[in-house]
Amino acid sequence: MDLTSLTIDAARSAVQERKTTALALAEAHYARIQQEDSQIGAFLTLSKERALEQGDRIDRMAAEGKPLPPLGGVPVGIKDVMSTRGVRTTAGSRILEKYIPPYDCTAVARLEAAGAVILGKMNCDEFAMGSSNENSAYRPVRNPRDLDRVPGGSSGGSAAAVAADMAIVTLGSDTGGSIRQPASFCGVVGLMPTYGRVSRYGLIAFASSLDHIGPLAKTVKDAAIVLRTIAGRDPMDSTSADVPVPDYVAELDRPVRGMKLGVAKEYFGEGLDEEVRQAVEGAIEKLKGLGCEIVPVSLPHTPYAIPTYYLIATAEASSNLARFDGVRYSHRARGVKTLSEMYRRSRDEGFGTEVKRRIMLGTYALSAGYYDAYYLKAQKVRTLLTRDFDAAFQKVDAIVTPTSPTAAFRLGEKSNDPLAMYLADIYTVTADLAGIPGISIPCGQTREKLPIGLQILGKHFDESTILRVAHAYEQGA
Amino acid sequence: MKVTEKDVAYVADLANLELTGEERTGMLRDLNCILDYIDRLNELDTSDVPPMAQVSDRYGVDESKQGSERFAYASREDVPDGLRKSLPHAEALANAPDPDEDFFRVPKVIER
Repeated sequence: MDLTSLTIDAARSAVQERKTTALALAEAHYARIQQEDSQIGAFLTLSKERALEQGDRIDRMAAEGKPLPPLGGVPVGIKDVMSTRGVRTTAGSRILEKYIPPYDCTAVARLEAAGAVILGKMNCDEFAMGSSNENSAYRPVRNPRDLDRVPGGSSGGSAAAVAADMAIVTLGSDTGGSIRQPASFCGVVGLMPTYGRVSRYGLIAFASSLDHIGPLAKTVKDAAIVLRTIAGRDPMDSTSADVPVPDYVAELDRPVRGMKLGVAKEYFGEGLDEEVRQAVEGAIEKLKGLGCEIVPVSLPHTPYAIPTYYLIATAEASSNLARFDGVRYSHRARGVKTLSEMYRRSRDEGFGTEVKRRIMLGTYALSAGYYDAYYLKAQKVRTLLTRDFDAAFQKVDAIVTPTSPTAAFRLGEKSNDPLAMYLADIYTVTADLAGIPGISIPCGQTREKLPIGLQILGKHFDESTILRVAHAYEQGA
Repeated sequence: MKVTEKDVAYVADLANLELTGEERTGMLRDLNCILDYIDRLNELDTSDVPPMAQVSDRYGVDESKQGSERFAYASREDVPDGLRKSLPHAEALANAPDPDEDFFRVPKVIER
């Protein structure tokens, strides 16, 4: 049995039936990390002690014949923006280089309570700000499918680790596409749940009205299992919704025949790579073949999504990142004489260029005299973008689009042009702004063997439908 | 050009960032480039459109109520002992760059 190519159910059953052990599974993944990750750079910190302790606990349960929880013995990775008690959490930033959280993120605690074995922390763009993982303060992540290419971002380490069999599933976070776009670039499944579906308690905040936690996985079913585990109200996060959590896994096999899928022309316009277009159109044909009805819909404000996103996200980031002041837990500059100098120099030394750029843009957009013209204007356009989806979902059950306009680009290709980098998120940001769920699944590859992603967007709290469509496509493909 | 060198210095000051001379030049160029792109939002007439601050407004909010009452869905019963225990003193100070036994220490705030 190849221990590093299992799904969640296969791994859990193998441990339950004593065909292997949770410790052996963890060791096999650590061996794989040892062998592969010097080239890829997906992990920032390994949490071996915690992993082996949990593996031992699961193995004792299995030895006693007790039924294992849904993720019993499953090796997972956690994006380094989620707090892990006793395990260094950097958010990909120098400013948190030495930060050891005293508590766990709720999503992490729920995964571990369900038996998952946490291997370590995944590399990412600094404070989840980026679309290529080149903004990590530690090292860029490389795409396992082509080491000259980026894995996408900001959950690049989370996507690359799953693609390279260094973890069975990982958690990522999505503020403008940061789960779905890297999933697309690396050829794995990435699910962004509805806003409020998963608690963000313990997630290092980037933009609080846009941040989501979700899984990256090898199969749609694995993503459904993880979502079922981490979803639901958490009294520690007032934005977590008190909405019942369905059994996403049980609903996967319900037929998709007769389902109405929207296709919006705004997602197939200028800038879409021809090979990506063909693959996505091919996928839509396959869904039609599975009995889905394809319905044209219009999302007319789509061209305004990126400017809206970059005002709202940066405004919220400028406020959220004010907490890194060199007093309680972040880097402090040496040799400073006054409090003000300490703030400035500590933040200057601790933050990278893209983070500073976004803090500056957000602070500018919120500053006196510009608030109405920029921040308030963006909030109003956010309403229009959300209404576009409301109108479309009157007619259809889900919407299918490309996840990204291109396959993975080369390292360095866009790193000196912030605007070009922002446009990599053009098909993903609108779902974050509207708070609707979205999933990216592999739907073919380019001539250069680079993965292409199909995005399926759904109604608020209707992850079941997009998971079902994704599962049907995956099984049929 | 929307943003001037003076604006960059002013905003850096508001954001508690120092920024080197080189960083300021880059920031001036990038902010102007991004804001030029953002200007396309002005193509839209939004005079009758309400702003959307957060998605949570879309579930649970009681539109008939005023002020914080609208957000009653997010409230919970008070838990006198707290939802979790406060961190022990030593743990709360463990990540601080310059603590003493009881407090976070910072450089002098007021000059005498």
